[in-house]
Amino acid sequence: MNQEIAALTEKFEAELKKIENALDLENMRVAYLGKKGSVTALLKSMGTLSGEARRELGQEVNELKDRVAERIAVRKEELQALELKRQIDAVDEFDLSLPPVLDRGSYHPITLVQRQCERVFKSMGFTVEDYKEVVSDYECFESLNIPKFHPARDMQDTYYLENGQLLKSQTSAAQNAIYRKYRKALIEDGTPIKAIFPGRCFRNEATDACHENTFFQMEGVMVDRNISISNLIFFMKTMLSEVFERDIKVRLRPGFFPFVEPGFELDINCLICGGEGCPSCKHSGWLELCPCGMIHPEVLRMGGIDPEEYTGFAFGLGLTRLAMMKYGIADIRDLNGGSLASMCQFTDDE
Amino acid sequence: MFLSMNWIGDFVDLSGLDKNALIHQFSLSTAEVENEIFYKGSDIDGVVVGQIVSVQPHPESKKLHLLKVDAGGAEPVDVVCGAPNVREGMKTAFAKVGARLGDITIAPRPLAGHMSNGMCCSEKEIGISDDHSGIMDITDDVPNGTDLKSIYGIEDIIFEVDNKSITNRPDLWGHYGVAREFATLAGRPLKPIETLDLTPYDGLPKIDMKILDPLCQRYSALQVENITTTVSPVDMRIRLYYCGMRAINFLADLTNYLMLEMGQPMHAFDSRKVTKIRIRRFDEPFTFQTLDGVERHIDENTLMICNDDTPVAIAGIMGGLDSEIVDDTTSLTLESATFDPVSIRKSTVRLSHRTDASMRYEKSLDPEMTVTAIARFMKLLMDTDPGAKVTSSLTDEYAFHYPPVELSFDKAYVDRYTGIEIDNSTIVKTLTALGFGVENTGDSFKVKVPSWRATKDVTIKADIIEEITRIYGYDNFDVHTAVSPLYPVRAAAEKTVEDKLKDMLVKRFSLHELHSYVWAYYDDYKRLGIEVEPNVDLANASNPNIKTLRRSIVPTQLCQVKLNTGYGPAFGVFEIGRVVNGLDEDGLCVEQKKLCVTLFSKLESLESLYFRLRDMAAVLVADIRHKSLSYEKIEATHSYQHPKNLNAILCDGVCLGEIGVVHPTVGQKIDKKAAIVFMELDVAKLTQVEPEPIVYEEPSKYPGMEVDMTFLADRYEPIEKAIAAANSPILKKARVTGTYADEAGKSITVRLTFSHNERTLTREEVMAVTDGIVDALAKEGVALKA
Repeated sequence: MNQEIAALTEKFEAELKKIENALDLENMRVAYLGKKGSVTALLKSMGTLSGEARRELGQEVNELKDRVAERIAVRKEELQALELKRQIDAVDEFDLSLPPVLDRGSYHPITLVQRQCERVFKSMGFTVEDYKEVVSDYECFESLNIPKFHPARDMQDTYYLENGQLLKSQTSAAQNAIYRKYRKALIEDGTPIKAIFPGRCFRNEATDACHENTFFQMEGVMVDRNISISNLIFFMKTMLSEVFERDIKVRLRPGFFPFVEPGFELDINCLICGGEGCPSCKHSGWLELCPCGMIHPEVLRMGGIDPEEYTGFAFGLGLTRLAMMKYGIADIRDLNGGSLASMCQFTDDE
Repeated sequence: MFLSMNWIGDFVDLSGLDKNALIHQFSLSTAEVENEIFYKGSDIDGVVVGQIVSVQPHPESKKLHLLKVDAGGAEPVDVVCGAPNVREGMKTAFAKVGARLGDITIAPRPLAGHMSNGMCCSEKEIGISDDHSGIMDITDDVPNGTDLKSIYGIEDIIFEVDNKSITNRPDLWGHYGVAREFATLAGRPLKPIETLDLTPYDGLPKIDMKILDPLCQRYSALQVENITTTVSPVDMRIRLYYCGMRAINFLADLTNYLMLEMGQPMHAFDSRKVTKIRIRRFDEPFTFQTLDGVERHIDENTLMICNDDTPVAIAGIMGGLDSEIVDDTTSLTLESATFDPVSIRKSTVRLSHRTDASMRYEKSLDPEMTVTAIARFMKLLMDTDPGAKVTSSLTDEYAFHYPPVELSFDKAYVDRYTGIEIDNSTIVKTLTALGFGVENTGDSFKVKVPSWRATKDVTIKADIIEEITRIYGYDNFDVHTAVSPLYPVRAAAEKTVEDKLKDMLVKRFSLHELHSYVWAYYDDYKRLGIEVEPNVDLANASNPNIKTLRRSIVPTQLCQVKLNTGYGPAFGVFEIGRVVNGLDEDGLCVEQKKLCVTLFSKLESLESLYFRLRDMAAVLVADIRHKSLSYEKIEATHSYQHPKNLNAILCDGVCLGEIGVVHPTVGQKIDKKAAIVFMELDVAKLTQVEPEPIVYEEPSKYPGMEVDMTFLADRYEPIEKAIAAANSPILKKARVTGTYADEAGKSITVRLTFSHNERTLTREEVMAVTDGIVDALAKEGVALKA
């Protein structure tokens, strides 16, 4: 019996050395310690022995069983450690110095500046209005106090359609509709009209680096009982400071536009030099930015609002110009040209 | 328009004031001044009156002469001069040694072997004209050695006003009106304009003159003879030159001078050619040669000045060649008139000929000015040429009067409009200085608008506010916010949808937003073989390449895709823009806002790209409206659409747009190796889709069951319908896990997920549902795959 134990121990040790994976090890465990395993068989065979011999041998076989179990457990841990090491070794050290793959979409730059303006005005309680591109002569001119024979109505400036309608030459074409939309709330509830209306406009002219026949503007109006020139200056200064994210100085000069009275040209201090004078402001320190003014009484009247009771201001911002200024776009034609090499650069900018 | 501070100084004493500051103030209060201001004569120094005492030929040169010039010194100086017009006794502009002419300092220097101690100058060299044909010929009796700058207005500040900024101010098209602004800004009085009293000539015969057309508002004329002066005084020529006009001859210069001074264009006819002035239009078109020698087409709308039946000038635009003053003209008829401004502008546009005169007439000149202008003209004429003789009485027909404008307002109105406090005396002072008649009682004002502001410019109370505030100065305004009631501001639904679409397309699908044009570009379409379909046309496009509005963004976007094939192997672009689809029953354009997406790929199969775009549409609508889409095959109706793969996109049974594969003929022209697919959705219709509310459903705590079934089917649609028809509350989800094709045909595997919220399902109840679906499909001819 002792010889058998010794032989089995020797055989076990020899086999264990050859085990290289967890499955073989488990098979080996079953072969030795399983119900039909050789150690179990030894234990069973002891049934033929008796008394002292049985006790002695039993002890030895049990020791063998424990030893085998322990040896297997140790080997198992070794194998697990080896396996982990193999898994780790199988993975390369990744080279993060490789450039990232940036599959990003892009917004049109007009969308970006438009949204920036919209945020500023929305924060001051303005609604954002949308309006048609094909409008009538009444909307684009007559309701804006532009007399029948004003140069702005000349054929060479405006795209007329064969049915007598026209492509709006200015966002102001929405003014009348907006007054009519909100006049009831103004008159009955005292809700001031505060609206901006960004939109695409069209001028019948030859295109070059500085001229486009299709461009974007954003008009804004505010009408209430006591809106004054002082308010106009305040709002323009405040809003432009928000839009340009810095303290903007504004300067008003008389400007003539039929739908405002008084009308102004609004200048801001040059964004490049801050007002010191530089080539981009022609050394004046100022940039002409947007026309504005007190809404002409006739325009209010045509919008169903009594100019004796209500006053208001209106302004027009050139979104296309703003985008060009903000991003340093030198050629206006890039904006509608559709080249992805240009347009893909304008990712989110909020 | 260029303006001379010297000229302005004729009418308001600005001595002791900072001229630059005043010009700046004018720019802020009146009209835009261009940045560059010209300090004329500031670079000229040491130029005096020099008299040529003797002229000797230069021994070495045929062109040069040796002169002795008396420049006021003890001895005449030796000068070598190359000018052809030198003569003994002539007085000229002489730059002494040490004189400065721009960058040049005059020093003694040898010229062909003889020393020249100074230089006789041409007018061009001292910057007062562009005449360089000879040295300046000074005919005025001035002592030799007198500094030229002390006798002539060489030194001047010239500034330019942006013409656009004075389109509404007819009074600012001459120096006198501008001087009124300076007088107001400086707080100094405006001098009256000096004129010749014409009443002594009242006894003379009138000119035969009749206005036969209401387009002529007023016509004033005077006949003058015996004008002997041919060259204008130096100062007059300098001013004309500084203000951008060339001196021609005395009479022409005088009419130009008057126009620049008062803003009133004038014309002088040869009295021999014009004896019977008639102002009229003609029924039949004809050609007419203007004094610049150009034959112009005159139509029935163009107002003409005629000698009886013979046209002699285009009213307000330009005189005719035949009646122009010529060298032997001894008697002239002076015209000072006003015409209907719109008619002048339209004629100008028709003739494409804009002149200094028409530019002023189209601004609505003050008819009150015509007679004053003649009296001023005569004053200037007589000052220079006292021998001139008036041979007619002032002949004046005043057919159209602008109605006088009187406005009443009170201080409260001013306060409310301005938002600041401007006191009554400031209001009175400002308006009075600008020529308004003001009656102020307490806080009430009654204002009479002066004629030069009453032709169209100042008509309502708000116009008065502008007069008060611009002089007050916008920089002096105390600025403050408005006080208004607060109400919530609701965003427009369509705008919200549009913003969400853009965000998702950019951020989730990595597409690029582009803009294009609302019309079809013929050349671009043609290059891709896309037909420009009939639609609403532009009536007046200047570019022959654009004429018809687009019906869809797809073709414009395909043109842009073509442009970008080199950008990368795969990309996607989108635009939210407008299209027009014909006219409605009222004849108005049917304008629609569309979202158009195009995907381009050389890395993906056409099928996979098409499905990617389809899934994109599904995700957009699922995100924005929590709704699913269905698709219906439609017939291709446009040349760029694929005949087989074109589907309508439907939601709640409403067609939102379409999705399709690009027709291979167009696709090949864009890129032979790329797959290209497009979709176009109507933004308004998408906005109108009623959003499905989010209803929370608690996930079942009991185990569910999944059943895979494979059907022999070409299309999923019948399977989807059968599953929907089963309408089983325990069937929670159906998902296609694969599509196959083998000898048995096409098959689709669908995985159905079942669960019950309150208990574990039995195999039997699940089987009941699946069997039902299988049976329903069998009736449709769709069998389970064995």
